[in-house]
Amino acid sequence: MIFFWAFVVGGLICVLGQIMFDVFKLTPAHTLTILVVLGAILDGLGLYEPLIDFAGAGATVPITSFGNSLVHGALAEADKHGLIGVVTGMFEVTSAGISAAIIFGVIGALLFKPKA
Amino acid sequence: MTEYEKGGNPVAKQKNKQQQTQQFQASEEKHETKRPILLNCIKAFLVGGTICFIGQLITTFYIYFFDFTEQTAGNPTTATLIFFTMLLTGFGLYDRIGQFAGAGSAVPVTGFGNAVISSAIEHRTEGFIIGVGTNMFKVAGPVIVYGVFSAFVIALIKVLFQQLGGL
Repeated sequence: MIFFWAFVVGGLICVLGQIMFDVFKLTPAHTLTILVVLGAILDGLGLYEPLIDFAGAGATVPITSFGNSLVHGALAEADKHGLIGVVTGMFEVTSAGISAAIIFGVIGALLFKPKA
Repeated sequence: MTEYEKGGNPVAKQKNKQQQTQQFQASEEKHETKRPILLNCIKAFLVGGTICFIGQLITTFYIYFFDFTEQTAGNPTTATLIFFTMLLTGFGLYDRIGQFAGAGSAVPVTGFGNAVISSAIEHRTEGFIIGVGTNMFKVAGPVIVYGVFSAFVIALIKVLFQQLGGL
């Protein structure tokens, strides 16, 4: 069942992005930025974790989960070390997306030639 | 008084220019092809859903074989998806998927990976420090910048609230 909801919820988040593209005529950069901020807000309200339990990868794969895990890391660290944790814990949970993008970005640049 | 207002003539020129711009925008709107919004949304839904479905397969794999939980399996799933994105981007396939899927391939984390990796590949001719290093986050940078900043503000508000005894 989780596979079905992953498909539906993930698809719907992409539709939201498509509406921002087509109806509000936003650039991809604007759209993705808004979605990340949206994910952060949802986690601030405590709503993103239940969504992950419900939809699995449907909630963790879209870029909104990046905002969610940033807030999550910050809050977890703040629980341990107080206010300063908000700054220091930020990348605790979410390192995978950025580090993988950097690592495979450099490897990709080594392996592939730009298309003319 | 600005410099333009003193001369007299430049003001007229500027107005003329404004008019031309307006006319251009009007004709641009008239000739712009209507975007097939519903069709685009269906395509985005199907492709985005499929990417998340594949993500769920990978997540399930990590949960069963590597002791991750539903909450923590997001990280290895992300890394794996970005690895496949590198291959698809390198062979020029991700762009083709993107032309079909629109937001369906841009919104999942693979779209973020594609933005980083394609910038890296595109600029390798300028060298690995100046080209790849500088341009890698040219497109994906705003996502990180405002993701981090908004997360900071939200987490700060929440922590202050909790310390004041609310929530």
